[in-house]
Amino acid sequence: MSDHDYRPKSKVGQWFNDRLPLLTLANHLTDYPTPKNLNYWWTFGGILTFCLITQIVTGLTLAMHYIAHADMAFESVEHIMRDVNYGWLIRYIHANGASMFFLAVYIHIFRSLFYGSYKSPREIIWILGIIIYLLMMAAAFMGYVLPWGQMSFWGATVITNLFSAIPLVGEGIVTWLWGGYSVDNPTLTRFFTLHYLIPFLILGLVVLHIWALHVPGNNNPVGIDIKKPSKDTVPFHPYIVIKDGFALLMFMIVFAFFVFYAPNILGHADNYIEANPMVTPAHIVPEWYLLPFYAILRSVPDKLLGVVAMLSAILILAVLPWLDTSKIRSAVFRPLYKQFYWILVADVLILGYVGAMPAEGLYLLIARVATAYYFLHFLVILPVLGFKEKTLPVPLSITEPVLGGSPNLAAARNKESKIE
Amino acid sequence: MKSLFKLFSIIIIIIASNSYSSAAEKVEYLKTDWSFKGLFGKFDRASLQRGYQVYTEVCASCHSMKYLSYRNLAEPGGPEFSEVQAKAIAASFEVTDGPNSDGEMFTRPGKLSDKFVMPYDNVKAAQAANGGAYPPDMSVLVKARGGGVDYIYSLLQGYDEAPSNVSLDDGVYYNKYMYGNKIRMAAPLSDGLVEYGDGTKATVEQMSKDVTTFLMWSAEPHLEARHQMGFKAIVYLIILTILVYFSMKKLWSRIESEV
Repeated sequence: MSDHDYRPKSKVGQWFNDRLPLLTLANHLTDYPTPKNLNYWWTFGGILTFCLITQIVTGLTLAMHYIAHADMAFESVEHIMRDVNYGWLIRYIHANGASMFFLAVYIHIFRSLFYGSYKSPREIIWILGIIIYLLMMAAAFMGYVLPWGQMSFWGATVITNLFSAIPLVGEGIVTWLWGGYSVDNPTLTRFFTLHYLIPFLILGLVVLHIWALHVPGNNNPVGIDIKKPSKDTVPFHPYIVIKDGFALLMFMIVFAFFVFYAPNILGHADNYIEANPMVTPAHIVPEWYLLPFYAILRSVPDKLLGVVAMLSAILILAVLPWLDTSKIRSAVFRPLYKQFYWILVADVLILGYVGAMPAEGLYLLIARVATAYYFLHFLVILPVLGFKEKTLPVPLSITEPVLGGSPNLAAARNKESKIE
Repeated sequence: MKSLFKLFSIIIIIIASNSYSSAAEKVEYLKTDWSFKGLFGKFDRASLQRGYQVYTEVCASCHSMKYLSYRNLAEPGGPEFSEVQAKAIAASFEVTDGPNSDGEMFTRPGKLSDKFVMPYDNVKAAQAANGGAYPPDMSVLVKARGGGVDYIYSLLQGYDEAPSNVSLDDGVYYNKYMYGNKIRMAAPLSDGLVEYGDGTKATVEQMSKDVTTFLMWSAEPHLEARHQMGFKAIVYLIILTILVYFSMKKLWSRIESEV
């Protein structure tokens, strides 16, 4: 896009840049033309980058004090909380940081769903995003196992047992995953290894995600392509940097509230009881951000089909660009889609709620209806809507809705056509 | 902007209510004023010291506190016994150490660096002495129970005659606040069970409050530091946010657009 003929001013800079064009990259990133009508929903990309870096930095520090051994893990966490300087702060940032990360990623994903950011030409960005999301879930799940509390142990047991649903080889796979015949020390050490590895995989994918974004450029609230970069865009620095920074600060206030005043509210009390293979907790519940998928899993009576449904619920997102047949990106100009969008949001929240409840009676019924609707949305409503929906007129350029508003619409249109 | 705030608050409420409702079951716990709650919450030192007394004279015969050391008793933000007092407390316990140069284990008086001495050598021994029930370690007990301090406080006062429709086995007691109402621990407190040095009347209610405060501290020894730092951090963030907001407005005023 802005891969113009950039040349560093200094001789040294030129010499270096001819050999490794890092300065060209830096220049591209600062000058990167960004639609000027981006709203605050677009600030979550930056917030997520912050979350990832925070998790990596706090995680590295924790790893220096944590002991990945079934007999010592719980105690080493207590050691961090009590005796390591500011260990409590680092651990609470890391533990709540995971929740904040998911809060941000859900907003980011639903932003994309609302404004059709996954549509052509941004399918690859979207698919990379889904892979990142999957890796995030894996990292979060394994991270929750590391303190070796009761929920760690039994959560790990329940989730790894899902693989036993695979016909024929299922049991063998579970034994292989565990490194034994139950969740035990070998499971803990491999989960620690993977929990350490995955964030760096995510980091690499984030680079690709941003790279892929910088090819077509950002989508925007009206969902149309940039017509005239000089009019429709602003350079990333300083305009977007400060706006992202402002949003990030607001986010950090919420984050700080959890870390300092409610650090355990998002966790489960049982995880402060050391893992005990002989005692099963009354309710085994995953962390809140996995609850919708947990509800889908439990809503299907058959184990294998439940696992298939749960995986499909995530993987269906990867083919979303081809399920949504509408050419119009932004829900602003899709009156029907907009309504279905909010129903989907409600549906996912309901799934999250019933996921935390025991799978019986009314809760189970609600979970089943909500699961069915989830798939209905993606497999039926979206494809049909693209053909049936009568969309609203889309503005000619980004500048038009920004400047004109409705009264000047006609005038702006006239001007546009004259220039063309 | 506004919708963002709305969504934030909605999500937070949902998350919060979710994690609350997933905690076992709803019982109305007894309420009392906890000095450590709230933005500036701090521990009541005298209550912590009394709480330690209750723990050591009553609970410690069955319940361990294996993550605490005697030095913690003198550290800032805790009961803040003087170092001399803490040393005396430590020295009043016999600690097994060794092996010495002859390869023998030996006992010696406790030091500040020692962990709290455990009442039983291991879980099996604890179970054997308590009719099969293991008295849980109390280091992080308040964080390990859904109702937290209110639950512990209520449980200690929740002993009652069993209703006629509930039959109790030998060594099982009725407690209004226990999950399933059946508990293996006999009512641990009774009025005047300990004699407080500061003249406070040792009612069951008072002792429950003191020992629960002590348990809150043992589970969160850095709670005071956390509250203090949190307030500073959030005030700092709010000021910075306001400054950045006005800088942003100024910067964007060059552009024919809105932020």
